[in-house]
Amino acid sequence: MRSNVSEYELIAPGTLKGVLQTLADKPGEYLPVAGGTEVMVMLGVGRLAQKKLISLWGVKELRFIRETETTLTIGAGATFTDIRKNKIIAKEFPLLALAASWTGSIANQNRGTLGGNIVNASPAADTPPALLAYDATVEIVSARGSRMLEYRAFHKGYKKIALEPDELLYAVHIPRRFADSFQRLRKVGTRNAMAISKVALAIVAKKTGDVVSEIAIGGASVREMPYRCIAAEAAVRGKALNAATIASARAALAGEIAPIDDIRSTGRYRAQVVCNILEDFLTELQNDLQHR
Amino acid sequence: MTQISFVVNGEKKTVDAPPMARLLDVLREHCHLTGTKEGCGEGECGSCSVMMNGELVNSCLVPVLQADGATLCTIEGMAHDGQMHLIQKKFLECGAAQCGICTPGMILAAHHLLEKYPAPTMEQIREGLAGNLCRCTGYQRIFDAVEKCGTGTAGTAKRGDEIDAFECE
Repeated sequence: MRSNVSEYELIAPGTLKGVLQTLADKPGEYLPVAGGTEVMVMLGVGRLAQKKLISLWGVKELRFIRETETTLTIGAGATFTDIRKNKIIAKEFPLLALAASWTGSIANQNRGTLGGNIVNASPAADTPPALLAYDATVEIVSARGSRMLEYRAFHKGYKKIALEPDELLYAVHIPRRFADSFQRLRKVGTRNAMAISKVALAIVAKKTGDVVSEIAIGGASVREMPYRCIAAEAAVRGKALNAATIASARAALAGEIAPIDDIRSTGRYRAQVVCNILEDFLTELQNDLQHR
Repeated sequence: MTQISFVVNGEKKTVDAPPMARLLDVLREHCHLTGTKEGCGEGECGSCSVMMNGELVNSCLVPVLQADGATLCTIEGMAHDGQMHLIQKKFLECGAAQCGICTPGMILAAHHLLEKYPAPTMEQIREGLAGNLCRCTGYQRIFDAVEKCGTGTAGTAKRGDEIDAFECE
């Protein structure tokens, strides 16, 4: 049943300082809402438990994409459209641009934000596999100051994240060292447009000669949270790719994931398909002469 | 209740509404702009598409407080002085409207697309309208109509007869 909107409070301090002060004064009392593409859906179906909300839309300090020589920084308030338009992302971090293009429709991409996609913490979210594979770091702010955290440590469990009640996700930092890397991302969904993934896998790797010198793998809908596939990485890191090492990576991946049955797919299907994708990617990497 | 002001189709409006009210409901019930339709109410179908500050948005997912100070354009803002917008003309010519529920959203999405790509390819049209569902499944005629609005491949449209929608920045 639809919620009664008059029971809900929404405030809009308009500045980052104002938002952080409210979160500091009343920790945990206000739920941040940016583009509303998740929160308003919950409201519509009568499942928005939190009655007090604080708007991040229009907070200019959060909506930016800027770069230094070594790092690209994306503000939590940058929309998927902002990400798709950015030339550096298109060139150096194509998996992120691709994931953004998969996230809902154009209208949703104009409103949905990177920060919302991360903090909403859906295990099926589109951008986390790419961010995990790019070894991202998140910057978290509060009235107390700011701190950095490896993104792989941000997700703690199903919809559990490493944010204190007075904290806000401020930005995502990605090192600019992957332009020459082998990069792949694949999503398996019911249809191309707008579908939430059954499973997705991102891989960013480099070879030295035939040996895999660097590799990072991020998965969606393979566990209770967006997941960095460390066992599969370890199975091939420092090794030459061949049928045996690829099989061991498959086995390692199968052992570390725990996909579930739900409305979109079954755990068995997901496990099989994500291992197939990994094998495809690693086979392609094995035969790849460009990225080493 | 919160007082919220915005400009819709060139006209300044001030309304008293709960801040979490959906922009869709405020447009329909407070501004009596009932051309914007509700379909799914969860951002999947695009029937409630409007332009907000020059960007296409699903008005069912916009808490109205976030539209405070915004410039909005709805389907009612597309025609001027009794003259249809080019997109509306091409929809008519191509038979792109059947039951009509998706049409306002389709036209706003097409408008947004044509602003970005004046001569969109069929692939760009398909992507640009992917968030707008037509349950009569008249997609091909809709795509044809949008293609005919372009200055490119179809080549049949005369841009000279286009009437601009209200500026949304």
